[in-house]
Amino acid sequence: MNKLFTLLALFLISVSSAFAEADVEMAFDMRSNGKIYVVVAVLATIFTGLAIFLFLLDRRISKLEKQHNIDND
Amino acid sequence: MGCLSLYLACLMKKFWWKILGVAMVLFSIIFGLLGKVPALPILNESIRNLYFHVPMWFAMILLLLVAFIFSIISLNKGTQKADLRANELTNSAIFLGVMGLLTGMIWATFTWGKPWTNDPKLNSVAIGMLIYLGYIILRQAIEDREKRARVSAVFNIFAFPIFVVLIFVLPRIEDSLHPGNGGNPGFNTYDLDNNMRPIFYMAVFGWTLIGVWISELRSRIRNIEYHIEENE
Repeated sequence: MNKLFTLLALFLISVSSAFAEADVEMAFDMRSNGKIYVVVAVLATIFTGLAIFLFLLDRRISKLEKQHNIDND
Repeated sequence: MGCLSLYLACLMKKFWWKILGVAMVLFSIIFGLLGKVPALPILNESIRNLYFHVPMWFAMILLLLVAFIFSIISLNKGTQKADLRANELTNSAIFLGVMGLLTGMIWATFTWGKPWTNDPKLNSVAIGMLIYLGYIILRQAIEDREKRARVSAVFNIFAFPIFVVLIFVLPRIEDSLHPGNGGNPGFNTYDLDNNMRPIFYMAVFGWTLIGVWISELRSRIRNIEYHIEENE
């Protein structure tokens, strides 16, 4: 009885894992042909640009604070 | 050369957490798109939204937590700076929340079939957002600066726990489409794939730091405005 149960459980597990691996459409091609890196580079550039923009804004505000003698803490 | 390194050291001392935040988000963008993700039906590649949509909400909550702390400080000490910080942190948090809603609606359209399901999490988030919209309106309605600081601090202190309950507690009572909801979340600890976990946390803390940065800039601008007004 116990053995039968184990067998059944094993069977169920293997079936469920087989289902899990059944062709889920993922963008394998997108990665293998390499062009996805272009998109990543574009996004990274935009985000870095935004960060630099924020950084410059920060410095400008610091300058204004200095002009008006405001200590920033 | 020595001058440059001194400059860089000075920069790092002042900006280290801002640079860290930017680096973390950058990391999440790069590895979020390139990294390995589990192949799941329905979700497909959209599982990568975990790195971009979910951190909006997590960062929102963390910003609201910091705003909550500044509201307490503002009530205790009555300083204008704490009030401005609490206010701007809340504003940034609301912005992140709106982004979270919009991105969630896009994601839901392609996975759940429509942009707005009557998922308990969505409904309670809607209520939570309304509470914070009430906060914005309340602040605009009160002219007197000190009164506004006190009333909005009290509002914020009450609103935060309600928001946390709405988002994290109530959706667990009913069944939800969101993972980790409906039943005991302890059973769902394996929902988040181990490959995905570090990138996800990077995104959460990165966006939180950037949110704090933007809030800081905004509150400093308002501080300067007040200063100019007072010295006229």
